[in-house]
Amino acid sequence: MAEKFELNEVEVWDGNYAASQALRQAQIDVVAAYPITPSTPIVENYGAYQANGYVDGEFVMVESEHAAMSGCVGAAAAGGRVATATSSQGFALMAEVLYQASGMRLPIVLTVVNRALASPLNVRGDHSDMYLGRDSGWIQLDAFNSQEAYDLSLMAFRIGEHLDVRLPVMIHQDGFTTSHKAQNVRPLQDEVAYKFVGDYVPVDDMLDFSRPVTHGAQTEEDWHYEHKAKQHKALMDSRKVIDEVFAEFKELTGREYKRVESYMMEDAEVAMVLLGSSVETAILAAKQIREETGLKVGIVSPRCFRPFPYDLIREELDRENLKAVVCMDKSAPGGAMGALFNEVSAAAYSTKARPIITNYIYGLGGRDFSIDEAKRIMNEQKAHADAGYITTNIQQFSGVRGPKLGFFETRRG
Amino acid sequence: MSMTGSAGVTDKRGIRELGAEEKVGWDAVPQGVVLTSFDGLLDKGAAFIKPEERNYSDFNSYTATVASWRVIKPVYNRDICIDCQNCWVWCPDTSIVSRDKQMLGIDYDHCKGCGVCVEVCPTNPKSLLMFAETMDNDDALASWPEKKKKAKK
Repeated sequence: MAEKFELNEVEVWDGNYAASQALRQAQIDVVAAYPITPSTPIVENYGAYQANGYVDGEFVMVESEHAAMSGCVGAAAAGGRVATATSSQGFALMAEVLYQASGMRLPIVLTVVNRALASPLNVRGDHSDMYLGRDSGWIQLDAFNSQEAYDLSLMAFRIGEHLDVRLPVMIHQDGFTTSHKAQNVRPLQDEVAYKFVGDYVPVDDMLDFSRPVTHGAQTEEDWHYEHKAKQHKALMDSRKVIDEVFAEFKELTGREYKRVESYMMEDAEVAMVLLGSSVETAILAAKQIREETGLKVGIVSPRCFRPFPYDLIREELDRENLKAVVCMDKSAPGGAMGALFNEVSAAAYSTKARPIITNYIYGLGGRDFSIDEAKRIMNEQKAHADAGYITTNIQQFSGVRGPKLGFFETRRG
Repeated sequence: MSMTGSAGVTDKRGIRELGAEEKVGWDAVPQGVVLTSFDGLLDKGAAFIKPEERNYSDFNSYTATVASWRVIKPVYNRDICIDCQNCWVWCPDTSIVSRDKQMLGIDYDHCKGCGVCVEVCPTNPKSLLMFAETMDNDDALASWPEKKKKAKK
């Protein structure tokens, strides 16, 4: 029986430590991991908990991230509660097995500390790895600070393991800005946290010898499509369970989570849509701008990146007073508009309000995103709103040195 | 269609053509492509139940026949066989049927006609030989070769 960990009502934890404590409290059966910056401390801390008797389960050090996720798939198919952590290149190396995990409907929990993808090699935070996972069939939840990294990690087990869902879940936090920034965190006591997560209920487990099963079967053109359709429906339908688990967590802790977080949107004339630790920067900027110039700025942040909350984004953007929206993508877009711009534009297209929408690429490789820059971009949205059309290129780069960089002019008139 | 020798009455070996299963919709396929091997629960390990007594599910490849893949077939000659089990060990498709270390015959529903069993048979003449798929087994046995004499030194 695992030792109880003494916790204060308020602890000072960085995002990595917060995530590792949540994994410990969930009493995972198998963690297979290969540590990588900036998520290394999650694995390191977990290894220490295990070695010091705070964890009953197995901890397997493997030879690569591909092996780490493969070990997780095997252990989950065998019938255990399973989790791991990674970042960036490690995430990229896992990519093949991520699709196996979701297709096999194995509720693995993966803590992703977001980091840029090489080349050039970079250990700082941006959303390249998070975006790489967006078609992998996993549920993706985004934490903006340490407390949320802790809370969402606990909730991830409840959501993914729910019998109506049975899908793997990623919890994202930003490399360094969240993972290495010590903040006040209010943890649950071990028994309260475990009671919330609950005992693992195996489904089709390979260790049930009274009911032998085959996992990972091959399907060709006569069966593959039906299985992918069923999997997609489970992911889309997981919205209901996510909402339920968020509601139950609020009842337990008083902390409220929504699939789309929004701030000051009721009377907003312009809005900024963004993810991760930048959300708190944007909220501060919006508050300052409201005081300084009276420009009514609102912030919209998808808490749940997959399944993408088209329903709630549409609700947030379908406001008569809302004239211009800027979508901030912290990932090199690779010859397209940013993914957030594409998703949000698609959701907004079927609204009555149809606000002007533009795209900014920002913060690549950990480039700082300042309050002043956020305010500049917000004011630019006001210019679009006043003109009634996009007065700049549709896609622009924020905070990059050199001549102004942008793409695609609007076609007005 | 079944093997040479005695099969139990519950044997589901090769009861359907591979790919002839009912094509159900996305709402009826098993979650996560998890396929059950048997209908119902086993009260002991499957290894301790004879194949012809197992309650194979429709997902199990044991219930599908792939006999049509074969163009030549092994024929088994009981009169020569010494029950060494070499063919049983080497068959890549578990299509040699043996009980209590006594060779019973060939599972023609799953044999692909690869000829490995003939290669590894140590008797003289061999107790397994390849014949055309269309040839009758009795005719094959009637044309079995004589024992080969060792070449003089």
